[in-house]
Amino acid sequence: MAALLAPVQIALTGIVAARGWSGQSLTYDRALALVSHPLSRLYLLAFISLPLFHWAHRFRFTLVDLGLRRGRRLLAVVCYGAAIAGTTLAALVLIRL
Amino acid sequence: MTGPYHQPMSPTWWLRNRAYFLFMLRELTSVFIAGYAILLLILLYQLNAGRDAYQSYLRFLAAPGMVAFHVIALAAALFHTVTWFNLTPKVLVVRMGGRHVPASVIAGVNYVAWIVISALVAWIVLRG
Repeated sequence: MAALLAPVQIALTGIVAARGWSGQSLTYDRALALVSHPLSRLYLLAFISLPLFHWAHRFRFTLVDLGLRRGRRLLAVVCYGAAIAGTTLAALVLIRL
Repeated sequence: MTGPYHQPMSPTWWLRNRAYFLFMLRELTSVFIAGYAILLLILLYQLNAGRDAYQSYLRFLAAPGMVAFHVIALAAALFHTVTWFNLTPKVLVVRMGGRHVPASVIAGVNYVAWIVISALVAWIVLRG
């Protein structure tokens, strides 16, 4: 998921749209129409949620690999909790669009 | 009994050789991609908030620091993608007619699929 879609996604919103190279294609009206489609919403939910869980898992075990011994349970709660919170927020925003 | 034995390990074990270092670098890419996911979530939130909020967020994203973040995130994502495609043939061994499908073919299929999907997403977003 992240491997296939992250590069194009980052390039589109982070560089092309931000630099204004997208012309009329990412104006407010067009962007709203684009993300309102049910398939776009599902896609965006997955695209926000999965990288967060991916990060939570990687980050947790990277800190453990670096020798973290204490507070592991807290670390897991914080990492996965952040991913769950992000997913919930994304779902709320996408439902209301 | 004193519980399981832990091999003592220095916190800098990953600096000791190139393979470990690249592994750690690859783990780090998830931080940038998740950071991007949060910026995308804010973009959707601002889009929901209205025209002015959306446009001022796009101006914020146009700041040099934000563009620099996205360039780094893009590099991290590409590194993640390329290393993933290069390892799939090692995980996925396909036999066809009693022979192994060569690693280059499996990786090649991944690259082609990646380019097609990326072009499709770019087309859907930019055709407007």
